[in-house]
Amino acid sequence: MRLRYAPALTLALMLGPVLAGLAGTLLPAFGIFPALGGTAPSLAAMRALLGWPGLGPAAGLSLSTGLAATVLSLILTALIVGSWHGTRAFRWLEAALSPLLSVPHAAAAFGLAFLIAPSGWIARALSPWATGWSRPPDLLIVQDPWGLTMTLGLVTKEMPFLLLMMLAALPQAQPRRSLTVAQALGYGRLTGWLKVIFPRVYAQIRLPVYAVLAYSMSVVDVALILGPNTPPPLAVQVVRWMSDPDLAQRFTAAAGATLQLALVVAALVLWRLAETAAARLGRAWVAGGRRHHADAPARRIALILGALSAGAVLAGLAGMALWSVAGFWRFPNVLPDTLTLNPWMRHGPALLDPTIDTILIAGAATTLALALTLACLQAEQRYGLSPGARSLWLLYLPLLIPQVAFLPGLQTLALMAGADMGRGAVILGHLVFVLPYVFLSLGDPFRSWDSRQATVAAALGAGSARIFWTLRLPMLLAPVLTAAAVGFAVSAGQYLPTLLIGAGRVQTLTTEAVALASGGDRRLIGLYAIAQTGVVVLGFALAIAAPRLIWANRRGMRAG
Amino acid sequence: MLKRLIVGLGLSLATAAGAAPDPKNWDAVLDEAKGQTVYWNAWGGSTATNDFIRWAGDQVASRYDVRVEHVKLSDTADAVARVLAEKTAGKDEGGAIDLIWINGANFAAMKDNGLLFGPWAGDLPNWHYVDVAGKPAVVSDFTVPTEGLESPWAMAQVVFYYDTARLPEPPKSMPALLDWARANPGRFTFPQPPDFLGTTFMKQALYGMVADPAVLQQPVEDVDYDAVTAPLWAFLDELTPNLWRQGRAYPQTGPRQIQLMADGEIDLAISFSPGEASTAIANGQLPDTVRSFVLDGGTIGNASFVAIPYNANAKAGAMVLADFLLSPEAQARAQDPSVLGYGTVLDLAKLGADDRARFDALELGIATLSPENLGPALPEPHPSWMTRIEADWQARFGTAQ
Amino acid sequence: MSDSGLILENLAILWRGAPLVSVDLRIAPGEVVTVMGPSGVGKSTLLAAITGTLAPGFALQGGIRLDGRELTALPPEARHVGILFQDDLLFPHLSVGANLAFGLSPRIRGRAARRARVEAALAEIGLAGFAARDPATLSGGQKARVALMRMLLSEPCALLLDEPFSRLDAALRDQIRELVFTRARALRLPTLLVTHDAADAEAAGGRVIELATPG
Repeated sequence: MRLRYAPALTLALMLGPVLAGLAGTLLPAFGIFPALGGTAPSLAAMRALLGWPGLGPAAGLSLSTGLAATVLSLILTALIVGSWHGTRAFRWLEAALSPLLSVPHAAAAFGLAFLIAPSGWIARALSPWATGWSRPPDLLIVQDPWGLTMTLGLVTKEMPFLLLMMLAALPQAQPRRSLTVAQALGYGRLTGWLKVIFPRVYAQIRLPVYAVLAYSMSVVDVALILGPNTPPPLAVQVVRWMSDPDLAQRFTAAAGATLQLALVVAALVLWRLAETAAARLGRAWVAGGRRHHADAPARRIALILGALSAGAVLAGLAGMALWSVAGFWRFPNVLPDTLTLNPWMRHGPALLDPTIDTILIAGAATTLALALTLACLQAEQRYGLSPGARSLWLLYLPLLIPQVAFLPGLQTLALMAGADMGRGAVILGHLVFVLPYVFLSLGDPFRSWDSRQATVAAALGAGSARIFWTLRLPMLLAPVLTAAAVGFAVSAGQYLPTLLIGAGRVQTLTTEAVALASGGDRRLIGLYAIAQTGVVVLGFALAIAAPRLIWANRRGMRAG
Repeated sequence: MLKRLIVGLGLSLATAAGAAPDPKNWDAVLDEAKGQTVYWNAWGGSTATNDFIRWAGDQVASRYDVRVEHVKLSDTADAVARVLAEKTAGKDEGGAIDLIWINGANFAAMKDNGLLFGPWAGDLPNWHYVDVAGKPAVVSDFTVPTEGLESPWAMAQVVFYYDTARLPEPPKSMPALLDWARANPGRFTFPQPPDFLGTTFMKQALYGMVADPAVLQQPVEDVDYDAVTAPLWAFLDELTPNLWRQGRAYPQTGPRQIQLMADGEIDLAISFSPGEASTAIANGQLPDTVRSFVLDGGTIGNASFVAIPYNANAKAGAMVLADFLLSPEAQARAQDPSVLGYGTVLDLAKLGADDRARFDALELGIATLSPENLGPALPEPHPSWMTRIEADWQARFGTAQ
Repeated sequence: MSDSGLILENLAILWRGAPLVSVDLRIAPGEVVTVMGPSGVGKSTLLAAITGTLAPGFALQGGIRLDGRELTALPPEARHVGILFQDDLLFPHLSVGANLAFGLSPRIRGRAARRARVEAALAEIGLAGFAARDPATLSGGQKARVALMRMLLSEPCALLLDEPFSRLDAALRDQIRELVFTRARALRLPTLLVTHDAADAEAAGGRVIELATPG
């Protein structure tokens, strides 16, 4: 294999579909869609979009929920890390991080909905003894028109992601030494951290924050489950137009997708401007020199909010697990009247095929992504290509462009490219989203591998291929497997790409779960949520266990 | 714009149909179907229908060597969009979809745009059992003539179900429903349009408000739409604030109402399947105090169909499956409330004694109305009513913050 | 004058076009030359030039010859130049024996023969029976000896030492220094030692070259 071409090939595989898909969206938005008779540019679709009475609120919801979820997640993450990094409480949170990250968004949203709905677990636990409710109150909690519950649901999933990113960026900011200095100067732990370390860490996690913003603004599955519907956020409405029996609505859908893209771009610009303003204020705050002695209560609040957020996801999942074995379960009973394995007996066999397909597709996409990532990193090191800030932006591009803005165009592309829209095309579609995550999680460990090892081995007569296969790869086994587990989780959680590129013929646990969710049968939803989470957790468990087993007798492989 | 599309599609349809199997030669169809895999795109939101589809697939696999893959849709329109996308890409054969569970506006859209294969339904061997005279809905899908482009497989009729433990006397007319909702706010809702059941609720309400129901059989363009629907909007203006969550949120599908009733959030729900409540009781999803009723003056009924896209890959296999769905055995199973509880499209008088016995042996279930109690079905309005009412509801109630 | 030994002929290393190090030097077989100088003067860069592992951005002028072979065009693995760093750099995922076998010349064939050679090498450095051990369980001195032996087993034609003794404690340092220099002289290897420590230079007993900051 010509290693030198690896970066170009990787970029083409990752960005080609995104750009082609964007073209497939932008053209119909401005009237070009030959099969539907659109051959000349026109603004009719844009006018139809502007004529939709729900446009203002829908676009507003996209902006408000996206911005709120991102701001809250970032603040909470900073407070938690600043308050507790290096303490025992923090190690407990860190232990909860992998399971939290591995819960698919849809499963977490189902769990949260059951937890906080008027007929949900919390209300059941308090009824009727504390509330007097013998039947659920008519309160609009889930799917509230302001999108508060949806924002909450996004925060519970995005906060662990930002936490992970922040922990990865932290060592470069040398937190312990800086904090010691700040504390010696009389600053409290949190104040010192926020003034001295946060600015440096934020510069490192800027792109992940942008990705969270873009994702939160255009998410579909979480919005379907927790978001408002009168009207829904813009991305949901775009998907609705796309599936309208009136085919002319596809123009409106394309126009809506274009607006969604513009909104995300505008929000990113807005965020960038806010960064500058916040930096100015922050510098003044730092220079002001106030020591702020309210550290202790702030730290306690941060811990409580972090624990609540983590607890909500885990308790919601427990609720789903219980539903999957519940007989009739009446409000306000905290537990089902009877437990039964009937749902598993009845639907277990049907679960097998989508489970196999999920593993097959995620496994293939992850293997491909790993091979490309390793080839790129190896080429980078071998030919001294220095990855600039620009290549990092390219890597993040698929995560910054809303899925609804390019997947429909990609569907048309997949159709035109070949006859077979089966698993192969889906795997390539997943690769677009799996690659960035695999690259991001493997890049740093790969680059920080001690290159003197390679020098010594070369001096011993080993060529670069032998060094890669017998030294670098085995020594990086743990980070490689972790990157694989991350890629696997990303692939297993994909909904729109599987549905659109797979022609509906390719069924994974996620597409099945969302299809079944429309039926609202909590037993079945619970069953699929557990299966979906289980597959991903299994991947992470293997990634953690395998290096420990393989290197059980190698103490030098356990550090770090 | 649409006209150009139709011409373009019509041309390619002619070429695609040239190589297709001829349903008049059924033995050849059976031969061609052997070993084919039929991708049946059908709504996947109901466990009961999913189980039935799996059973039907097992049967045609063992009898005719036709494999069936159920592609579970969250919205039938996804399949329509899919065929269109294939058309866009010039994929005029070997398409991804072989059979679609379809009716109403989706059928009208595919028919208008020449996206369907056929005619074929009238040539199916089991077609002679179908009750065309007694159930005109089997050849008139929301007033649109099916012209053999789709084959019926189940009858549906609007019923309401309620929990007798909380609501002993349900309201049996729309005005009574409004009075009851005012007295008991937050205890009723309907699936949010564009879900077909929500729009059906409004069409059902409209039936009780028009002086001459015949106007509903015409396209909305031909009548004074504003005048006809004015009482409906007045009714909804009063009802909506008294709905579950004050009408600020709705269940997204029909079956989701089952969970709401089981949780005690609502007392009354609409369904298009007379057997749905009984099936849910049997599955432990509803308490056994739930019963069904129909409105005075009758409720809307329609038929569910299967259709084959013009570019389907396994047309022969799809026809074999459609024919099996019309068999007395499959029809009796679909009518069993512990399985599906759907009405049959067959004329029982045309069946032999053995086949008739299958139907006579069925226990309808405690929450299912007998055919006499179900009463006559009102015909579906023209599909343009559905589209227009749905759009107007969206503008009036679906986008208000 | 013979072609044997390590010859750095008008060698100049440039960093982005600016001269960093320039050396003109011949190291005879069995001779140890010490290079000293402050940090950042380019001592390690000089060694990287000889092993062929200069980072991108560096450019090389002049020639490097080893026993008559021109090295500059050869890939690192074909140069037969052994190197020891201040860390032992034993491969942590391989056993002690596998570390040695990694270095052992491919000319020794057959599993039994290679294993026997590894066992003999371990016995030579007083670590008989250590083949299956995890390198992380060895003491500092043991690791240093294994690293030296691994390098020698690859049959290098020259030896580069990048402050190899600086991490060892005083007692051990003398012992390992003695071992390395004795071996290098016995094998008649031209040896280049880079160090901060004047005691290292003294123990080496050869010429000392001071590198100064350019310009």
